[in-house]
Amino acid sequence: MIPELGHFALILALCLASLQAVFPMVGAHSGNTLWMQLCRPLSAGVWVFMLLAFGCLAYSFLHDDFSVAYVARNSNTLLPVYYKFAAVWGAHEGSLLLWVLILATWGYAVSILSRDLPLDILARVMSVMALITVGFLIFMLGTSNPFERMLLNTPAEGADLNPLLQDFGLTVHPPMLYMGYVGFSVAFSFAIAALLTGRLDAAWARWTRPWTNAAWTFLTVGIALGSWWAYYELGWGGWWFWDPVENVSFMPWLVGTALIHSLAVTEKRGVFKSWTVLLAIAAFSLSLLGAFIVRSGVITSVHAFAVDPERGMVLLTLLLLIIGGSLFLYALRAPVVKGTATYGGYSRELFLLFNNIILVVSTATILLGTLFPLIHEAIYGEANKVSVGPPYFNTLFVPLMAVMAFFLGVSTFSRWKRTSLQHLWQNLGKLLTASVVLGIVIPLLVTAHFNPSAMLAMALALWIALGVVADIWQKTANKASRVDGLRSLSLSYYGMQLAHLGVAVLILGVCLTSHYSIEEDRRLAPNESLTIGDYEFVFKGVEERRGPNYIADSATIDVLKDGEFYLTMHPEKRRYLARGDVQTEADIQVGFFRDLFTALGDPRGEGAWVVRIHVKPFVFWIWLGAFLMAAGGITAILDRRYRTKRVRDEAAVPAVGLKTALE
Amino acid sequence: MSNRSKLFIPAAFFLVMLGLLFYGLGRDPSHVPSALVNRPLPEFSKPALFDENQNISSDQLRDGIFIVNVWATWCPPCHVEHPYLLEISKREKDVNFVGVNYKDDVKAAREFLEQRGNPFKFNLVDLDGRLGIDLGVAGAPETFIVDATGTIRYRHVGVIDNKVWAETFEPILAQIR
Repeated sequence: MIPELGHFALILALCLASLQAVFPMVGAHSGNTLWMQLCRPLSAGVWVFMLLAFGCLAYSFLHDDFSVAYVARNSNTLLPVYYKFAAVWGAHEGSLLLWVLILATWGYAVSILSRDLPLDILARVMSVMALITVGFLIFMLGTSNPFERMLLNTPAEGADLNPLLQDFGLTVHPPMLYMGYVGFSVAFSFAIAALLTGRLDAAWARWTRPWTNAAWTFLTVGIALGSWWAYYELGWGGWWFWDPVENVSFMPWLVGTALIHSLAVTEKRGVFKSWTVLLAIAAFSLSLLGAFIVRSGVITSVHAFAVDPERGMVLLTLLLLIIGGSLFLYALRAPVVKGTATYGGYSRELFLLFNNIILVVSTATILLGTLFPLIHEAIYGEANKVSVGPPYFNTLFVPLMAVMAFFLGVSTFSRWKRTSLQHLWQNLGKLLTASVVLGIVIPLLVTAHFNPSAMLAMALALWIALGVVADIWQKTANKASRVDGLRSLSLSYYGMQLAHLGVAVLILGVCLTSHYSIEEDRRLAPNESLTIGDYEFVFKGVEERRGPNYIADSATIDVLKDGEFYLTMHPEKRRYLARGDVQTEADIQVGFFRDLFTALGDPRGEGAWVVRIHVKPFVFWIWLGAFLMAAGGITAILDRRYRTKRVRDEAAVPAVGLKTALE
Repeated sequence: MSNRSKLFIPAAFFLVMLGLLFYGLGRDPSHVPSALVNRPLPEFSKPALFDENQNISSDQLRDGIFIVNVWATWCPPCHVEHPYLLEISKREKDVNFVGVNYKDDVKAAREFLEQRGNPFKFNLVDLDGRLGIDLGVAGAPETFIVDATGTIRYRHVGVIDNKVWAETFEPILAQIR
């Protein structure tokens, strides 16, 4: 009964979403206020029924209803309750349900939080979002119904959730990632509405910005969680593998970052308008592309869902309609939203444009690398397989990011419209000298080795970080006191600086870990030891240990620092009893300046084992940097100016128009 | 090119990509490039199938070309594949076949090879599937070509028959011989 209720709720949500896709849009074109106003109750209805459907699936999981095929494939009576709930989105059908629920949630949030939006714009935005919902609901009901029953041969026991997914990080990771992916649908819908109406002004940019920031923040957290999971769960000590599934989450993030900056320029200066619209379309399109790549089996990855060409075909059609349609609309209507203001040399606009281009080129690089195996096959035939690995991505992506980091520092000090070179040099000369000198001296003092890459990374990180501090110092200089000055700065300004500081921290983390990590895979007999830097690792041996649902070979490794006892570590190899799967459980001692990482390899007889020991400096800073970026995103959303009344927005529009006309 | 028509570039680019993805959908997804291709065979030391006290390690797979076949008695396609492997291994004298018995019942595996013939020069047991994880095996059967330097050159998912051997394996073997 409950699964049928869920199925029925999905059908009702589809009906309501169809109405929402048609009536507000038609109303907006014909000026029918009543039809436009329908968008609010309808979006609430879609959300309620999606929530109901999700609840029904969760109920079936929690009550071990194995007559539901999806539950039988992904759960088990022995699974802890928490994982039973998380198993709802553990495979294709359920995760698609979560995807659409999140889409409905964003839609509902826009309808209740955008009270100040002119009704005709809101109506169009909501219609576009409903259109996407309709497409995905048809896809779900037609090819991937999570409520499908097996009433004749109901299994007595479920097949269990993939043990790799039985982990806290990986249960939170998909919802966060989807919040980010789907969140870009809001900016996308705003862009379509702008193309349809031809109205793209400062107010439009101001409405779009907090939604874009919110989606970007979720995506940042989602990607960081995924990378953290890979680091502690896979037991290889790596945190980013340039795997296709990682890449498809990274591409919308990069374009989203470009969009955030481009929106800022559009709001402040009324330029880059058609570029902004294109980025908004691209960010969501890349999210959809990601959904397609993960769910169609076009590109193989360890994280991919089960392969099904029929599903792939339907998804491809959806992609054609949504992305193809919006890009075609863009081609026809972009001249209508063209910006009119001009900007001169060394202006902030110009530097932001540079950064935008670098971000887009990086995205294109990753897209090419991700699709390259497919391209290669299409040209040379199926017998010629290639896989593009980290060497390609690192060679191209790292220098691009170095250039971007440099311009990031410059653009903070540049001014809108025009900046004199003299002004830039006055501000940046000392900073440049300081960061270059410190960037060379600090690594030399600490390691006594000359490592140009690490020095460059250090210099770039300092360049950004010192720039952030200097800019805040300068902006507070003319106030009565520094505290007054700090108070007078807006939250969106602090958000920006926080996120930029995050970039500096991330750069340091990534580069120092890559260059200074020491990784040893060594066969160790009992009481044999291995010295890495200040640390001596003494392998004490392996004992069998029973866990709640596994048997583990648990190693004991005593760590001595400078000859004195420091701590004991217990990396394990666990065999899970239900499926017989073996998993490596690394033991990581997380520290602010370095992590100690130990993992157990294979037994080599006479009590000896292959032991993997890494000392990874600054690896924690990778996630600290991501956290700072996300915190910056949240801080910027909280800025008061996004919640000012409509009266002020309307007043602001002609003022900008006038200013533009005067220039 | 006029400014107007430049605006169609994103749409055109997208359509090309869509065509590529459409092509991708039509492919047989069992031919998968592995992350391990062109990387060294993972280090391992596993008990021999016919003598538990003896270990076979990756160091023994150094001289010559090796075909590492991951199989199990519980896997129906492996039963289909077995006669082909026997035939091919008799024909291709310069290639060493290595059988990795994957998460299987060791007794059943021994009987299987004793009764139906043993195509493998080395037989090792991967009872806990650890070697399978290191190789990135998704299921059985899977087959890896390892060259004389111990580098994995190709990964095949699914059954090897005469056609697959002639069309896929022989060209690669010709390259590395």
